[in-house]
Amino acid sequence: MNETTKKELMITACKIRMGIIEGVYNAKSGHPGGSLSMTDVLTYLYFKEMNVDPQNPKWEDRDRFVLSKGHCAPALYSALAHKGFFPVEELKTLRKVGARLQGHPDMKGTPGVDMTSGSLGQGVSAAGGMALAAKIDNKDYRVYAYLGDGEIEEGQVWEAAMFAAHKKLDNLCVIVDFNGLQIDGAITDVNSPCPIPEKYEAFGFNVITIDAHDFDQIEAAFEQAKTVKGKPTAIIAVSTKGKGVSYMLNKASWHGAAPNKEQYDIAMEELKAELAALEE
Amino acid sequence: MADMIKKATRESYGEALVELADINEKVVVLDADLAEATKSGMFKKKCPERFFDCGIAEANLVGTAAGLATCGKIPFISSFAMFLAGRAFEQIRNSIGYPHMNVKICATHAGISVGEDGATHQCNEDIALMRAIPGMTVISPSDHIEAKAAVKAAADFEGPVYIRFGRVAAPVFNTSDDYKFEIGKGLLLRDGKDVTIVATGLMVYESLLAAEALAEQGIDARVINIHTIKPIDKDIIIKAAKETGAILTVEEHSVIGGLGEAVAAVTAEEAPVKVVKIGMNDKFGYSGPALELLKLEGLCADNIAAKAKALAESK
Repeated sequence: MNETTKKELMITACKIRMGIIEGVYNAKSGHPGGSLSMTDVLTYLYFKEMNVDPQNPKWEDRDRFVLSKGHCAPALYSALAHKGFFPVEELKTLRKVGARLQGHPDMKGTPGVDMTSGSLGQGVSAAGGMALAAKIDNKDYRVYAYLGDGEIEEGQVWEAAMFAAHKKLDNLCVIVDFNGLQIDGAITDVNSPCPIPEKYEAFGFNVITIDAHDFDQIEAAFEQAKTVKGKPTAIIAVSTKGKGVSYMLNKASWHGAAPNKEQYDIAMEELKAELAALEE
Repeated sequence: MADMIKKATRESYGEALVELADINEKVVVLDADLAEATKSGMFKKKCPERFFDCGIAEANLVGTAAGLATCGKIPFISSFAMFLAGRAFEQIRNSIGYPHMNVKICATHAGISVGEDGATHQCNEDIALMRAIPGMTVISPSDHIEAKAAVKAAADFEGPVYIRFGRVAAPVFNTSDDYKFEIGKGLLLRDGKDVTIVATGLMVYESLLAAEALAEQGIDARVINIHTIKPIDKDIIIKAAKETGAILTVEEHSVIGGLGEAVAAVTAEEAPVKVVKIGMNDKFGYSGPALELLKLEGLCADNIAAKAKALAESK
């Protein structure tokens, strides 16, 4: 990836992180940790990879994105807002009565949301259905599903994996946000889904493990995924929970908690400083 | 009425799917390793490119259907009632119900007439579970003619629909010439003034037999077929309550949350009369031949007639 493109993506990712903090702070609840850990990959998808049109969110040939880890809606909403699906200012309405931005993604209410999700394990099945629909109709759109590493403790995720491999859905790419933490603690302490790459390989996937915060690796993974025929791809994105906000880094306690005013100020100062450095 | 042709409504489902294959390109059919039993296999033979076996994985089956629906397909998904409405309840609620997906949930082997397989496979709670989901249409056809019509109506209807079918061969008493199916519209099958029998599914024909027997005893029973349990036809129930003063409901389903409680909810608010329910009385089923089980649980014309008579005389 050339340096200009990379810098642009890093700037966008920083703005998306600010939108996440803005939303969760105003809502006084929500899930910042996993939203921040997936931001760079999500930024790459919406600003470099996916074929979508903010002016025509239901365009039938678009690439699809399913946030199977639906609690990270603040990240999706911020990406969609910065992409132009709705005003960035609307992020402040997250989780408020009457808002389009529900606590978990609602495809009926929010432009750009391709699937309702939030109950873990379900989104990836819907993504499989979308990929199957493309095969039936001989269309070349691709489908991306983002899973949490805790989420893959759900049995349905593996039902979906078996199905996707058996039906040869090479237009499906699942991404596992491997930040190592779930609500009750480290995933290896709670009910370990590890080893994750080996599991997906055993289920018949093309598996790529990357640093979720390195745009060169992110690009290489999605480019490689497109070249693989006959099997779906799983990108195991090794990430840092809370990435971008110093006091949230690698802390399970920031899985589902909102910053107070003081913490909000610190987070925004850090992100603004990062943005200023990038824009120099 | 005794020498009628008999056919299981799951066969009707398969036949209707085969007809839909030709007339609606958007229809796709998914099953969970039960295509022979649910009869979705008939569609598979006719149209293999639009049939997908998801294997023994009902949660993923439901989610896959939701994804297909977002891309404009009309998925018909089948398995036994126990494993769709029961096992995959939460997937149906969150991935189909909440986003109001255009998915048709076609559950076979509902009720105790599953027979020998016993309690684990006899779903007597599916109507209760499905009618609790906002926006879900719930249909329970009474015979072959009605079941086929219901499948076709569901294909033309925009939104999630749950249809329950039976395993056992059942009398075909509706006549195709004059039969008209409309979602949400109850059918007055026999007029009467002394008592009303409101039935659904297999119990509709039994209720007609009961009404004949009652007539011989001088009791004039009205019989109403409620094939759509949600949205329920309030008008036909209110009219019956007002004109006959008492209602007996009959369903091959738990008395908790099913047709009986749906009817009682209407009368309680709009036309309070006594409502007596026949159904599974807060209990699990057990193994045995289907018809014997139905008799043992009072899901038969004799018991319906006896209960209706007692109700008419108690007014």
